Amino acid sequence: MALPLALDVAVTHLLGRKRQTVVSVLGVALGVGFFIAVAALMQGFQTYFRQTIIDVSPHVIVSDEFREPPVQPVESAYRGGAVDLRGLRPEDERRGIRDSRAIIDAIDRIPGAEVAATLSGQVVLRFGGTDEAATLIGIEPDREARVTTLAQDIEAGSLERLETTANGILLGRQLADTLGATLGDSLIAVTPAGVTRRVTVEGIFHTGIETLDSNVAYTLLKRAQVMQDRINVVNQIRLRLDDPNRAPEVAQRTEARFGYKAESWQETNQNIFQIFTIQNAIMYSIVGAILVVAAFGIFNVISTVIFEKTRDIAILKSIGLTEGDIRRIFLIEGLIAGMIGALLGWAVGYGLTEVLASIRFDFSADPEENRFHLDYSLLHYAIGGGFACAAAGLAAWLPARRAAKLNPVEIVRGAA
Amino acid sequence: MAPVLEARDVVRVLPGEVPVTLVAGITLSIGAGEFVAITGPSGSGKSSLLYLLGLLDRPTEGAVLVEGRDTGDLSAAEMARLRLEKLGFVFQFHFLLPEFSALANVLIPMRKLGRFGDAEMRDRALALLGRLGLEDQAHKRPDQLSGGQRQRVAIARALANDPKVVLADEPTGNLDTKNAQIVFDIFSGLARDSGTTVVTVTHDEHLAAQATRRVHLVDGRLVDGAAG
Ligand SMILES: Nc1ncnc2c1ncn2[C@@H]1O[C@H](COP(=O)(O)OP(=O)(O)OP(=O)(O)O)[C@@H](O)[C@H]1O
Ligand SMILES: [Mg+2]
Repeated sequence: MALPLALDVAVTHLLGRKRQTVVSVLGVALGVGFFIAVAALMQGFQTYFRQTIIDVSPHVIVSDEFREPPVQPVESAYRGGAVDLRGLRPEDERRGIRDSRAIIDAIDRIPGAEVAATLSGQVVLRFGGTDEAATLIGIEPDREARVTTLAQDIEAGSLERLETTANGILLGRQLADTLGATLGDSLIAVTPAGVTRRVTVEGIFHTGIETLDSNVAYTLLKRAQVMQDRINVVNQIRLRLDDPNRAPEVAQRTEARFGYKAESWQETNQNIFQIFTIQNAIMYSIVGAILVVAAFGIFNVISTVIFEKTRDIAILKSIGLTEGDIRRIFLIEGLIAGMIGALLGWAVGYGLTEVLASIRFDFSADPEENRFHLDYSLLHYAIGGGFACAAAGLAAWLPARRAAKLNPVEIVRGAA
Repeated sequence: MAPVLEARDVVRVLPGEVPVTLVAGITLSIGAGEFVAITGPSGSGKSSLLYLLGLLDRPTEGAVLVEGRDTGDLSAAEMARLRLEKLGFVFQFHFLLPEFSALANVLIPMRKLGRFGDAEMRDRALALLGRLGLEDQAHKRPDQLSGGQRQRVAIARALANDPKVVLADEPTGNLDTKNAQIVFDIFSGLARDSGTTVVTVTHDEHLAAQATRRVHLVDGRLVDGAAG
């Protein structure tokens, strides 16, 4: 009795069509539940992936490239296409970042930024009878440790021993396995510059990133420069920022000032982030489709109720209920179905997420990689619930408007 | 004093390829406490006139006045408000909400009006049902009541907000003689004792004779008893 009249009538109508109401409520619940579970899964994966990138790779990489090919002097002399150069052969110089010291000093002055320079080049490593081509990266260990996770990734030996021993080298675990080399073994290294050196394995690292573990060897920057015959040259400067979100801005400033291409981690991974955007769009479309189907269910119940209850509508209008009152009754019916569906959907979503969270795989030794990374966001619950209520409200609105316009005189005449 | 209900040159034409004239120009004035019986052959426009007087329909020409006030320029919501406060309808087919008990049906107009608290509405509704001899039926649903009882519940609902006018369209059309007489006794009592105006359409000459005034319609026009 304490219920408002419109709510009372609405509840009565829904109870009068229990089975149909339950089906449409379940439709909404499934839509909302799947949305919450899938959103937790995808958002969780995306966040985990993003965090892994932020943790493992540098936030900005300055490389010895230019985004625009150099302008030829003859082109700047005759602007506007008066000359058309073809078949240009680039100068046969060896590339590298020339003023690396100035760049490093400048970045060192940015608060919250760490910087490390590297020189990478090809090397052939020989151990016993095995030859393996690898990428030899020259690093400054103390700076490198602050920019990448290399120090944590050392499985055997240590990063510091690069500095304390002559001709020390670090090998990726797979590379070491291929060569059959272990800690302390002595290898022959041959570079394209024609330098041959005997090097000692002072550490073995494992990053989990296959291309690094199978293909990369680290040595001191100075030593790499000598071996590649490129004294004082570096070809990458890597930055790590306290706030990774500042990377695009820092990259842009660095590039504007020094000309070398500076790429933020966002730019490097933009293909993946675009795929994430597409994934999200697909997810929202699928959930949207489920909710549209659920909304059709609600539309159906309410249309049926209105068809069955035209006499009741005529009575209520003759008593003095307004069009707005009638519309409200059926809107409430839709919203009740939507809200109960959303609440049930929250429970379904929570349950599904818990199930996903309990699943374990057997992919890798790292337990972090053997489970789903789930994002328990209240926002997903809010979005799911909001979507459901909006869809239900819209589904109810259309028949409700029609019901409100019913002319009681026609109905009473028809019944007489 | 202004009449409670007044029709001035009311015409109602249904538009269409062949327009149908339901009411062809009726002037009628009904005062407080009158018990008016509208009679006439089938298709003469009795129901149409009742819908116009009850603000369920709007005239094509002419005006309907309630307590001296022209209703022509009222919005649909304002008409609904007038129906709620001043008018009560009873139809031939009792037209109760089937899922609601007799009591709940009688409560609907009061709940919409919102003038009384929950307890007071309940007391008033039970008192009304008692006045109509239904004190024991308050908690029954319509399908548990007889035809005559249902029609009395419908009358109780029409009276829920103390209307100025009760409008009934062949309220006894589906009732046996005994129940029909009960309904007319109720109407007579209402008009006589509480000054409520009653306008009822009926086919029954014997019942019509009990009204204080008779209005006869033929082809959408008044034939006699039009003055007053
Ligand atoms: N929707 C409609 N379309 C066409 N003609 C209609 C319509 N509604 C009513 N009429 C006609 O209008 C006239 C008046 O109808 P109304 O229902 O007012 O008569 P009535 O006096 O109440 O008849 P009854 O005693 O049979 O109830 C009738 O001739 C009827 O056929
Ligand atoms: Mg009729």
